[in-house]
Amino acid sequence: MSNSTLPTILTAQPAETGKPAAGTPAAAPLPPPAGRTTRDWSRLVKLDWLLLPAVGLAAVVVMWFILSATLSKDLPNPTRTWESSKPYVVEPFSYRGELDQGILRFTWLSLVLVAKGYVIALALGTPLGFLLGLSKMMTKMLDPIIQILRPVSPLAWLPLGMVLFLGAGKQASELAALFTIAICAMWPTVLNTAVGVRAIPQDYLNVAKVLKLSRWKTLTKVMIPATLPYMFTGFRLSLGIAWLVIVAAEMLTGRPGIGGFLWQQYNALVYEQIILCILTIGIVGFILDRLMSVVERRFKTA
Amino acid sequence: MSAYCELFNLTKVYPSPKGPAVIVKDFNLRLAEGEFVTLIGHSGCGKSTVLSMVAGLNGITDGGIILAGRELAGPGPDRGVVFQSPSLLPWLTAFENVMLGINQVFFTAQPHEREQIAEYYLSVVGLADAMHKRPAELSQGMRQRVGIARAFALKPKMLLLDEPFGMLDSLTRYELQAVLLELWRKNRITTLMVTHDVDEALYLSDRVVCMTDGPEAEVGDIIEVKFPRPRDRKAVMEHPDYYPLRERLIEFLEIHAHRRRPPTA
Ligand SMILES: Nc1ncnc2c1ncn2[C@@H]1O[C@H](COP(=O)(O)OP(=O)(O)OP(=O)(O)O)[C@@H](O)[C@H]1O
Ligand SMILES: [Mg+2]
Repeated sequence: MSNSTLPTILTAQPAETGKPAAGTPAAAPLPPPAGRTTRDWSRLVKLDWLLLPAVGLAAVVVMWFILSATLSKDLPNPTRTWESSKPYVVEPFSYRGELDQGILRFTWLSLVLVAKGYVIALALGTPLGFLLGLSKMMTKMLDPIIQILRPVSPLAWLPLGMVLFLGAGKQASELAALFTIAICAMWPTVLNTAVGVRAIPQDYLNVAKVLKLSRWKTLTKVMIPATLPYMFTGFRLSLGIAWLVIVAAEMLTGRPGIGGFLWQQYNALVYEQIILCILTIGIVGFILDRLMSVVERRFKTA
Repeated sequence: MSAYCELFNLTKVYPSPKGPAVIVKDFNLRLAEGEFVTLIGHSGCGKSTVLSMVAGLNGITDGGIILAGRELAGPGPDRGVVFQSPSLLPWLTAFENVMLGINQVFFTAQPHEREQIAEYYLSVVGLADAMHKRPAELSQGMRQRVGIARAFALKPKMLLLDEPFGMLDSLTRYELQAVLLELWRKNRITTLMVTHDVDEALYLSDRVVCMTDGPEAEVGDIIEVKFPRPRDRKAVMEHPDYYPLRERLIEFLEIHAHRRRPPTA
């Protein structure tokens, strides 16, 4: 209550808290405290980057402990998860059997599969996007189909893929997985490319017209470079989806990989590695997204 | 006068919700070879429409355009175009932007000859040191210099300029007018230029064509500008005919401002 009589001190206080030596708040010149506050503030912000995520992480781990001790007794707690996951993490490249490999080895297998499916998605999605962006007729013809196919889950596509490649024998499961990854992942590329093509400034197209560039040159010298930033946004989103699909694809086909491992351990009632797999999938997905957005940003500024 | 370029009964009609809108009607103009003609008129009267029809970027509703004995159909590199915005491709350097057209037009020339052409014109417009920069690294005025170099480098039969200096500050504008005039004097390319600026029109052109206000805009008045060439801005402005001509142009624009018809007419 006594503070209320000295409002000037109140306003000066935030700057003074770190420095007990400053004894005469009223007489202190204003600029230095102001400078110090901004510096303290920036140091705080820097700490925020480390401290707050750490706090969040700690909170989740605590929740996990509590949950595994109370509501869900089958959920392994963090220490148990770590202890039983350790061999997979400490020897990330070991090979003890097809479905018993180090975590990075599994990740690598999954990444290879995703890369193949992703390349197919881009190879199909980019031209399709161009077609849609260039032709109103194509848009009218295909847009309803795309809108219907786009929200279909990978779990629904996979059986269709299996049926499609039934005749392929041993290759069937890989082909079905690739089919599923490609068809689920291509839509962001298709749609973003189409938007990008429609957004090409008329000025650029006029340059091509005035110079009478051939169709091929118009495409390669003007339209594709002008659409690249949009295309890369699509590519990034597509990669995210491709990685999302991998787990479903591997689960259902029983292929070795991070998703296949997850499913196998669940079936073998070894729950500890499920969480390891989830974390790995999340981290890899995050890294992929970061990498793609670096590429994407480079094209945005160009 | 033997016409090198002739616009006859040029007409543009846009469909609109309230029926067809006749923007330009029976626009007739003949340009001699090597002549510099400016088109002046109120905003929205249809100057850009006329110019883009000559460029072939805008469809012609009726009438036609003859250039060097041939009726034009569609766009082509025989007409160099410079718009208010320089419309450079941002992912190419200034040099590459110019080369894009040169490769297209002089495809029979040796690669190093083509490069020399681009380098020559970029140097003439004052970009010798900046020709390998991207448009984003160039100032607005420098970009417009690239646009001018690109247009001249293709040795077009005709030059079409739509307010090319409209977005520049007046100092840059003066510089670029001089650059343009110098290039034009050396190459004598028949030029049709749209401008809002009465002084620019008088400084640059042989004739100033005043357009009436739209809709149904046509040629209103044509003013001959006979200042001796090569021109110097100061000499032009001190010429005894300068202010009478300027007055006449402004008077025309003012009278037609008052005579603007409602769009329903
Ligand atoms: N694509 C279009 N569809 C319908 N009307 C149009 C179209 N383009 C231009 N117009 C109309 O034609 C008229 C003339 O336009 P234009 O751009 O030629 O004028 P302008 O004389 O160049 O004007 P400014 O000096 O402002 O550049 C305007 O009234 C405009 O609204
Ligand atoms: Mg205009």
